[in-house]
Amino acid sequence: MANLKINFAGIQAPNPFWLASGPPTNSGYQIMKAFDQGWGGAVWKTLGVPVVNVSSRYGAINHRGNRVVGFNNIELITDRRLCDNLREMEEVKKYFPDHAVIASLMVQTKKEWQQIVQDVQNAGADGIELNFGCPHGMCERGMGSAVGQEPEVLELITSWVMEVAKIPVIVKLTPNISDITEPAQAARRAGANAISLINTIQSLVGVDIDKFVTYPIVENHSSNGGYCGPAVKPIALNMVKNCAQHPLVQIPISGIGGIENWRDAVEFLLLGASSVQVCTAVMHYGFGIIRDMTAGLEQYMDSHGFETIDQFVGKALPNVKHWEDLNLKYSIKASINEEKCIGCQLCYIACEDGAHQAIDLNDDKNNRIPKINEENCVGCNLCSLICPVEDCITMVRKDDGNEHLTWRQRTEANDVPTTFDDALAGGNSHTVPTPLEALKR
Amino acid sequence: MQDNEKRFPQIKPLMNSSEAYYESSRCLFCYNAPCTIACPTSIDIPLFIRQINNGNLTGAGKTIYDSNYLGNTCAKVCPTEVLCEGACVFTKVNIKALAIGRLQNFATNNAILTKQKYFEIPNPNGKSVAIIGAGPAGISCACELRKAGYQVDIFEAKSNPSGLALHGVAPYKITNREALMEVEYLREQFGFNIIYNTRIANIEDVQKLETKYDAVFLGIGLGNSAEIKINGEDKPECIGATEFIEQIKMNPSEEPIARKVIVLGGGNTAMDAASECARLGAEKVIVAYRRSEKEMKAYYFEYDLAKVTGVTGMFNIAPIEIVGGNNVEGVKFIRTEHVDGKLRNIQGSEFVLDCDLVIKATGQMKQKSLIANISGITMDETGRILVNETSGQTSNPKYFAGGDAVNGGAEVVNATAEGKIAGIGIHLFLSR
Ligand SMILES: Cc1cc2nc3c(=O)[nH]c(=O)nc-3n(C[C@H](O)[C@H](O)[C@H](O)COP(=O)(O)OP(=O)(O)OC[C@H]3O[C@@H](n4cnc5c(N)ncnc54)[C@H](O)[C@@H]3O)c2cc1C
Ligand SMILES: Cc1cc2nc3c(=O)[nH]c(=O)nc-3n(C[C@H](O)[C@H](O)[C@H](O)COP(=O)(O)O)c2cc1C
Ligand code: SF4
Repeated sequence: MANLKINFAGIQAPNPFWLASGPPTNSGYQIMKAFDQGWGGAVWKTLGVPVVNVSSRYGAINHRGNRVVGFNNIELITDRRLCDNLREMEEVKKYFPDHAVIASLMVQTKKEWQQIVQDVQNAGADGIELNFGCPHGMCERGMGSAVGQEPEVLELITSWVMEVAKIPVIVKLTPNISDITEPAQAARRAGANAISLINTIQSLVGVDIDKFVTYPIVENHSSNGGYCGPAVKPIALNMVKNCAQHPLVQIPISGIGGIENWRDAVEFLLLGASSVQVCTAVMHYGFGIIRDMTAGLEQYMDSHGFETIDQFVGKALPNVKHWEDLNLKYSIKASINEEKCIGCQLCYIACEDGAHQAIDLNDDKNNRIPKINEENCVGCNLCSLICPVEDCITMVRKDDGNEHLTWRQRTEANDVPTTFDDALAGGNSHTVPTPLEALKR
Repeated sequence: MQDNEKRFPQIKPLMNSSEAYYESSRCLFCYNAPCTIACPTSIDIPLFIRQINNGNLTGAGKTIYDSNYLGNTCAKVCPTEVLCEGACVFTKVNIKALAIGRLQNFATNNAILTKQKYFEIPNPNGKSVAIIGAGPAGISCACELRKAGYQVDIFEAKSNPSGLALHGVAPYKITNREALMEVEYLREQFGFNIIYNTRIANIEDVQKLETKYDAVFLGIGLGNSAEIKINGEDKPECIGATEFIEQIKMNPSEEPIARKVIVLGGGNTAMDAASECARLGAEKVIVAYRRSEKEMKAYYFEYDLAKVTGVTGMFNIAPIEIVGGNNVEGVKFIRTEHVDGKLRNIQGSEFVLDCDLVIKATGQMKQKSLIANISGITMDETGRILVNETSGQTSNPKYFAGGDAVNGGAEVVNATAEGKIAGIGIHLFLSR
């Protein structure tokens, strides 16, 4: 039977599902409710000198009937007094001593940092998260991502905190940077116990095309915000992987970004996170999604024979390689299951207009099932990705698996194209119609 | 007068904007889309659905009207189950087809209510065309001709336009208001004239048109309900289906409907008439058909719709007499069977079913007499006007035709398509 308990950099929790710092962790009321429903931990809404927020704070991307596939906010840190938050924190810990309560912090001076760290320790917090990630509102005042983007500043502030911290310290990273491993290494150097990523991505979620102003609209104006929700998961996964693989990081990672179900969580764990945090999905569906998350994770672990979370943290990392180490001899071709095909011909037009002209329509107009032209198919996956029917287009392996040749090996053997008109060009093997053919169809 | 909009709730009501957004989100945007292929007017359905989804509702309306001038009427009355929606690829994986008809209604209703002007009408080109019949075929032809600058006068026997789309189509598919609203929208935009209460009745009338106009389009549809030619047919409670339906639609009476109704026939009109009687509160409604259930011409979903409202089907029984004194008291039937592929009465199997209303839905007659008077127009043996399919031209080059009068009785969408084709045909003929 799967055991979901974790010990994350010394912070114990009944399961790896934590609420990320944000509106769902604004108050002790919400956090108690979440714990009661099964959440394993909560990172308190970032504390500091309380702010004043604007009204009209969120924007979202909807995609063909799906609401909030991407979410954007211009909210700042907590707008509640520190004393109220601390009192509630103490109360939560009284009722849920075994759950992880982590205080997210953002202040400016050394004095403020050291003061607030001690305050939350006294209130019973199990850990501290340093918010160096917020990409709007706070960075203009030299906080949030302004810190996260400067590894040296990040290192300095973290070391102030480490001087007084008696509980584990997590540094939360901003993705608004070209190499995420640089601030991650700085956190490690300063002695942080863990990192968490990603915070939101600086963004404009859209433009009101009649009023000529971006969303969310505050009176007649707007401002850039932070992007999150399901759309950012791939970016977060890649950054988590980069940190997990880096030899100079090697501290626990709490994965954040677009997680809304157990499968998303497992993906983060497989890429090296050992706890995960959720914000947007709870803002969308409420705390109740935890039931599906824990049940799904247990079922996944049981089906793979994993007894503890550690047993599979980072299990996919060895398989994420550099492109030049991939096998160029591996060959797959698309195959259409004629029994399942419904004749939408989306694969035809996708390959015809957007790929390699490797799908033909049937000569018989009444037969709407397209045919793969294997000679031209490069095995790109496009058709199988857009096909609306489950398992209708599959990619079938054609090489026998005996040959292995990578770009690196070919380069070493001087067997790669080097001139503009090189005969070794990969595209030489398939037929490209002449430009004029386009007008004859 | 009775309020039909209350008595007959719409089976395909107007979508609200949430419904339209979510429904349009489902469209796959098929290549060479089967729905478009299945539409007799070839509306670019994936395009207008995508336009709805992407917030260009007026553009969606334009896409529809570009192909089909009666886009709203068709959206409401087309048998979409056997046309566009029947072809939707989703049906092949047991997923509900896109509600194309209702989405089309959503877009065209908006176009009409916001009075979109999608077409530029050029200056008069100096030529004029007479159209006989303001039904779907005639209206569609008129729009096409106005777009090319012709003066168009439509002569209509009745006091309202839209032909059977107004007087015949079941009131739970389209309201009178909706049918009239679209023609009025088109008239305002295209500027054709409709001269009401003017039947082109005889050869003199036709000759006048021939001298005054450069071409004539015949969109006269079909005639009255066919007779069965059995004893007792002349009793007052034995009436034709199209006349009965026109009565309920145009002149709804306060009187309760008959208690027991027998509808004779097995086509869509029979199903409509029976459904309407059941919806009006008749206690028992029987559709009696000479042949077997399988041989009915009615679409399966029309029969289903009738059954749901409480209509009973009886098969292999042929009427031989309407019984009663001055009034209808029942119908005498004889059972039938198939012998060597031929339908035969079973001697001695006669029986009587009681009823107080008989509705004859065994087809409509052709309007042969008017056509027979016009020299050089040929008809087939059943009385359909013969035309060149690609131009709508009859064998008398000055005359064109389309709709029920040509196809023998199909759907509004076919009449619309044929009217447009003839409009293009007339323009080609007159601009040679
Ligand atoms: C009961 C019933 C239900 C139907 N239900 C549906 C349905 O649900 N969906 C669907 O798509 N189709 C339905 N149809 C079929 C559809 O209504 C017709 O196919 C369509 O209306 C044909 O159009 P049209 O213009 O050819 O003829 P019509 O609609 O018949 O129009 C002909 C017009 O010409 C006028 N006219 C005729 N002769 C003359 C003359 N000599 N001088 C002046 N004016 C004249 C008539 O008054 C009429 O207005 C139904 C038909 C019936 C009878
Ligand atoms: C398969 C693929 C190949 C791409 N190749 C290039 C490229 O050669 N040069 C380039 O500047 N961008 C390339 N891009 C990036 C796109 O131009 C574009 O910036 C990016 O996909 C974001 O736009 P989108 O969301 O519309 O796809 C490629 C994108 C895809 C999907
Ligand atoms: S895998 Fe790519 S190249 Fe091959 S048929 Fe599909 S879309 Fe075309």
